[in-house]
Amino acid sequence: MGLLSLLIALPIGGGLLVLASSRGMKAGGFRADRWLALLASLATFVASLPLWTGFDRTTWHMQFVERQPWVPTFNVEYFLGVDGFSMPLILLTTFLTPLVIIAGWETVKLRPAQYFAAFLILEGLMIGVFAALDAFLFYVFWEAMLIPMFVIIGVWGGERRIYATVKFFLYTFLGSVLMLVALIYLYLQADSYSILDFHSLPLSLAEQVWIFLALLVAFAVKVPMWPVHTWLPDAHVEAPTGGSVILAAILLKVGGYGFIRFSLPVTPDAAGLLAPLMIALSLVAVVYIGLVALVQQDLKKLIAYSSVAHMGFVTLGIFLAWGILSRTGELPGVAMGITGGMVQMVSHGFVSGALFLCVGVLYDRMHTREIAAYGGVANTMPRFAAFMVLFAMANSGLPGTSGFVGEFLVILASYQASFWYAFLAATTLVLGAAYTLWMVKRVVFGPVTNERVAALRDLNAREFLVLGLVAAAVMLLGLWPAPLVDVLSASVDNLASHIIQSKL
Amino acid sequence: MSSGIYLAIVLCPLAAALLAGMAGRLIGRAGAHSVTIAAVGASFAMSLMVLREQLDPAAVPLNQEIYTWLVTDGVRMQVGFLVDRLTALMMTVVTFVSLMVHIYTIGYMHDDPGYQRFFSHISLFTFAMLMLVMSNNFMQLYFGWEAVGLVSYLLIGFWYKRPTAIFANLKAFLVNRVGDFGLLLGIATLLAYTGSLDYQEVFAQAASLQGQQMEIFPGSPWSVATIACLGLFVGAMAKSAQMPLHVWLPDSMEGPTPISALIHAATMVTAGVFLLARMSPLFELSQTALSVVLVVGATTALLTGFIGIVQNDIKRVVAYSTLSQLGYMTAALGASAYAAGIFHLMTHAFFKALLFLAAGSVIVAMHHEQDIRKMGGLRRYMPVTYWTSLMGSLALIGFPGFSGFFSKDALIEAVGLSELPFAGFAYYCLMAGVLVTAVYSFRMFFLVFHGKERMDEETRHHLHESPWVITVPLVLLAIPSVAIGWLAIEPLLFGSYFDGAIVVNEDHNVLAELGREFHGSGQFVLHGMLGWPVLLSMFGVGLAWYAYLRNPAFPENVRRRLASVHALLVNKYYLDDLNDKVIARGARGLGSLFWKIGDALLIDGAMVNGSARTLGWIAGYMRRGQTGYLYHYAFAMIVSLAALLAWIIFRGS
Repeated sequence: MGLLSLLIALPIGGGLLVLASSRGMKAGGFRADRWLALLASLATFVASLPLWTGFDRTTWHMQFVERQPWVPTFNVEYFLGVDGFSMPLILLTTFLTPLVIIAGWETVKLRPAQYFAAFLILEGLMIGVFAALDAFLFYVFWEAMLIPMFVIIGVWGGERRIYATVKFFLYTFLGSVLMLVALIYLYLQADSYSILDFHSLPLSLAEQVWIFLALLVAFAVKVPMWPVHTWLPDAHVEAPTGGSVILAAILLKVGGYGFIRFSLPVTPDAAGLLAPLMIALSLVAVVYIGLVALVQQDLKKLIAYSSVAHMGFVTLGIFLAWGILSRTGELPGVAMGITGGMVQMVSHGFVSGALFLCVGVLYDRMHTREIAAYGGVANTMPRFAAFMVLFAMANSGLPGTSGFVGEFLVILASYQASFWYAFLAATTLVLGAAYTLWMVKRVVFGPVTNERVAALRDLNAREFLVLGLVAAAVMLLGLWPAPLVDVLSASVDNLASHIIQSKL
Repeated sequence: MSSGIYLAIVLCPLAAALLAGMAGRLIGRAGAHSVTIAAVGASFAMSLMVLREQLDPAAVPLNQEIYTWLVTDGVRMQVGFLVDRLTALMMTVVTFVSLMVHIYTIGYMHDDPGYQRFFSHISLFTFAMLMLVMSNNFMQLYFGWEAVGLVSYLLIGFWYKRPTAIFANLKAFLVNRVGDFGLLLGIATLLAYTGSLDYQEVFAQAASLQGQQMEIFPGSPWSVATIACLGLFVGAMAKSAQMPLHVWLPDSMEGPTPISALIHAATMVTAGVFLLARMSPLFELSQTALSVVLVVGATTALLTGFIGIVQNDIKRVVAYSTLSQLGYMTAALGASAYAAGIFHLMTHAFFKALLFLAAGSVIVAMHHEQDIRKMGGLRRYMPVTYWTSLMGSLALIGFPGFSGFFSKDALIEAVGLSELPFAGFAYYCLMAGVLVTAVYSFRMFFLVFHGKERMDEETRHHLHESPWVITVPLVLLAIPSVAIGWLAIEPLLFGSYFDGAIVVNEDHNVLAELGREFHGSGQFVLHGMLGWPVLLSMFGVGLAWYAYLRNPAFPENVRRRLASVHALLVNKYYLDDLNDKVIARGARGLGSLFWKIGDALLIDGAMVNGSARTLGWIAGYMRRGQTGYLYHYAFAMIVSLAALLAWIIFRGS
């Protein structure tokens, strides 16, 4: 079995084992399920490390490739491989899943085994999405991924979880169906489901535009882009802590990844044609959603809106290319924008995940997400407050944290396309700090506002470990992003030179 | 000198900050202050060595990469040091004032439960400030720029239980972010037109920038250099508190006094001045940008000085004084007298840190009473604080022979020689500002140390001089406040100290012009005694003496006569109201509008639910299928998917 297959099979197999182990378990006894889950997720993480160490940074060609026929009648293949775009996202997944399991260690009371199993299975499917190079296989993972998430929100969610799950499901499913149509059309043209074949497939402009739009719906919903973002705040608010973390940290990334893997290389001319629209939507996300985040009363909604605004930088960075080309006629800036978008995705994985973990810590103690219910948490939870301020600063894009790197690169690159792009994108400096730090002021600082805050206990060792690990990742990526950027660079450069060649 | 020393200068305070911050409980209070003081002391000693080396006429600047932050698109972003004479001077000033403040803090924060945290933060600040001044590229500059802002945020809100403190720190951070917005766009402009973020590479292309133009608004081409410089200056305006982005600095006085001295007077707020001096090769390309700098600086110098006259909080008087003095420095930069701006930065760092720490000493003695109307006659109780305050105040108003005299007199003369548009306006603002400075400085001085003792009996009973950890830094800061001007004016302004570090266009090199009439420090003092600035400041001191000691009814009369002016000053020109009521409330209003109307009504209401309504009959039919059972949904999905697939496949074949 290849390494990528192992990374898909290990968590899924582990998840099934966890499910099986929970049968006949006595209450209060040794909880084999959660140890098993932790073991499986840690094993997956360790197994994923060779992806990093063994990765050839000098080539954009797919690595760790596994390829064999699956459904020969339709040329469907079991085709896996990673490049600079997918490898970091797989590592992000394997890094965060153990943390989510540790975070739910004691706090999940209802059907814990099923909870852990759902996350493990979800992990395997997400790795599958990032590793799949066969469009059909990609689609299978893509759709299958919905099921555990749907279950996680629907079973372990809050009061309005059914509303949220249905909204989540309908939105994402609508997009996926259109994507399926596009993929099948591409198959009929290329007589292959290989995504790499799609990349080199010549297509007319009309074909490209239709395919681009069909894919756009699927990916835009996931990112999510304005105006198809309204499912996200609802889903986050109702999801359990772990669900929110994975949703924000990884599930949103499949949207950005989709643009990079499909939209740009398969339909470069359509992407160029519609790039102004994409840039406009991205900038709306930054400014409009930034303002909306400012007035949220619910912690999770605030972070959810903040996610939409931050993901705006991903799509902005990705689609800048044509703006830069049309203005300067040169390539410089294109790769910087795409690199910035990718770094922003990884960073957002850490930062938004960390913020949802922080909210989870508070929610476990106070059982409310209302900002107004808090105030003066620093008095009773100083260690928690230190983490919260760190992650808030990362969310505000403070240099030295990961949140800075992507935004900095995207803003610098967007200036090459237009002064006004950079101007509007840079408003995040003020808006992002305003909504994040105002929230911190109301929750963390100030005098103790009520008895429940006065009775709060500070982080326990388990929570400290989880937040400490994410904090280390946030700082490391902020202080030394070169290793990540080096991994990206060959693939980014190849993509940049690929997309400027017209397919017409 | 081995390059390791530069790294050590930066890393010592960082290591100490981490130790005091993370292991504060373990090493205890004494441990925290010992380790941070030792680290900053070491940095100071090493900075002195660097300065001494740079003073050698044959010294060459060091430009060295420490590590590559990232490389993308052929642009290399690095962490590295550029150490020339400008940097060496800044390093020495920063580490010296920081060391004094560290020692002083032992006394000032003696009873505070957050003792270790405080030492951790001020050491971290020292690290961040050193990273800023030692940077050799724009990325690291931006890092240091925001990192000092972060520490400022943490320290203004140090007493996080106080609602006013956590309002002030949020305000400070956000206003500074407005500045960073400009700074980032300035940096982006430079990157777009030079392809580099490295100082030396950008400066090397300065000449080619001059001719280039860009259109922000279609049809009106602007010089690229002007846009880049204005962007950088917006950053400097926020950090160095120039109007109208100065509003955060007075409120920052909510933080403990040691950091008001270190961060909000001596070092961080001068970062903007330093930046402009560092960027002199670029600013020299744009007369427009220089004019803007000149006018903003001069206006700030005068207008904020006026507010200082009506303040009653001892720290706020000093804070407005800081704003005004920063205006002086900025105006000097605008007149291309960069060296004079840096010179004033240095003298100001000493005497303003001194004044703040002296104010802190008074505050401690007064049991945290900060209202100068409730003080008076403290001279008898606090001789060391009194005499050092007097030194500081005389330096501030530019009394002949004191350090502030040299820097301010030279600065005003230089602006007077400038031929930029609006230079005349700026000159008169600065001149009038001298009178205002003298009035507010000695108003405070007389109200605090002279006259009737207006405090209550209880407080009076406990009045005594502060302990040595407080008075020793006062004395050590008083020495340069008095003497540094004599020594430094000739090499800094008229010698070759800044050659290579600061570039001035020969067409408007006002300092060189001034230098032709310079014949030694003694002559400069004699000449200055007859000049307008000295006369005005003496008149100001006399006015303060008359109004606050001789005839206390006088200010009351003036206030009644000029009630509207008084209201304008007390309300700080209504800028805070504008920010709170128009900008902050406007942003929240817009946010609510987008949320309630855009997201909820239009997107969710009309698009999502509305499209469902137009397909009402389908919905009505489908409702029967909505059983709420997951497996029903899943089944329906699979069936429809299969149908769709089948249709497409059969159609294709």
